[in-house]
Amino acid sequence: MKNRKQMTYMDSVNHYGRIWCVIMTALLLFVPVLMCLIFHTRPDAKGLALGLLATAPMYWAVGIIEVFTYYPMLGAGGSYLSFITGNISNLKLPCALNSLEQAGCQADSEEGEVISTISIAVSSIVTTVIIIIGVILIVPLTPLLQSKLLAPAFAQMIPALFGGLGIAFISKNVKLSILPLILMTVLFITVPALNAGTVGIMVPVGVLLTLLEARIMYKTGFLYGKNNEQSR
Amino acid sequence: MKFDVNSPVLFLITACVIAVVIAQSVFFLVRALRRAEELGIPAEKLKKIMRTSAIFTIAPAVSIVIGVITLSKDLGIPVPWLRLSVIGSLSYETIAASNAESAMGLRFGSGTPLTSSQFVTIVFVMTICILAGILLLAAIGGKLQHGMTAMKNKDRKWAATFSNALFIGMISAFVGYIFCDVGKLAQGQTYGLIPVFVFVISMGVMVLCGTLMKVYKWNWMGDYALPITLLVGMASAIPLTAWLG
Repeated sequence: MKNRKQMTYMDSVNHYGRIWCVIMTALLLFVPVLMCLIFHTRPDAKGLALGLLATAPMYWAVGIIEVFTYYPMLGAGGSYLSFITGNISNLKLPCALNSLEQAGCQADSEEGEVISTISIAVSSIVTTVIIIIGVILIVPLTPLLQSKLLAPAFAQMIPALFGGLGIAFISKNVKLSILPLILMTVLFITVPALNAGTVGIMVPVGVLLTLLEARIMYKTGFLYGKNNEQSR
Repeated sequence: MKFDVNSPVLFLITACVIAVVIAQSVFFLVRALRRAEELGIPAEKLKKIMRTSAIFTIAPAVSIVIGVITLSKDLGIPVPWLRLSVIGSLSYETIAASNAESAMGLRFGSGTPLTSSQFVTIVFVMTICILAGILLLAAIGGKLQHGMTAMKNKDRKWAATFSNALFIGMISAFVGYIFCDVGKLAQGQTYGLIPVFVFVISMGVMVLCGTLMKVYKWNWMGDYALPITLLVGMASAIPLTAWLG
């Protein structure tokens, strides 16, 4: 194992990222344990077992798939931050994508890694601070944020976000985009089980499908012509 | 200590965990900024990235506050504050809490006062179920990084295509979701068109921002194009909902 002075930036991101993951896991598990100690109580064994049985298999499967899906998009630093602060697809990833676009760099370059990390770190700090302000002002804010006037605006955040983000990426990758866009749209319209609750599960499906299509297009020369080899 | 879902001690525990989360963000931010300086990325560019990221985050973060308010009816304020600040999201936490309550014969959203035992059971379920990603990341994050570097070294162009395909795959899933209620038109219900129109308006605003940047050389607009698009799209949902909802 390399000592700290021998580590590259990327090595150190993974090294410290792992440490933070372990710290946060221990801390999060300690919270309900601490609650038990403070309130002199214990979990309902049957409720816990049944609750875990109903929830854990799906969540653990999604969690595992999400690591493989989002890590290459978020980069190392961005992943360690995003997987701890959450709200990946509706906040952290769009924020990082916008910053990469703004900076004009690829996600898989070291510059992209640094930009993505900075963007997600700032986003995480701002989110946390806004939630703190929201919690402090929860009494006066509740009627305003849940008012009939503003509720529709927050209910449509995803279409508003992916309209702007989508057009920027789709226009630069038209050949790659057509098939997955059509297929996903048809699937969501025709399969009743696909909705807001299942869109997270469909992200890896969309990603796998697009990767397969991209590989075929790349190998057959449909994306860049037959001279892919020269680019190596 | 007497149990209450809004007990001051729960606020204190949550505040401590959130302080650690902020510390982690600051830790990675400082290291990335130092590395950016070493790579010769101009300070002005970094400031722009940080400014845009902060502005862009405001509206989605406010929607997370709405999530805290929604969950607080059953769970009090501290636990939703914790769960939506660390790892969770509203849909995940709602399902986890709902499953845990159902397992104990309760109904989520009913606002029935919880006993301390029921409360800690829910918190255990929410916590344990959400940890898979973070644990796997700790185990294989480094290996994934090496795999991506190896792919890039082998074929740079394919690595770039791979990266674009990931983004397009994710975007296509969300675009599909935007159309999920369009089929309700057959039953005479028009509310499924609201997200579609918001999506189209949002695309139009982004195109307009791009055009203004090109024609009038308003380069500053590049920093604000996505936040503007997001806000205009969300605002358009208000009259659209009144019309089609």
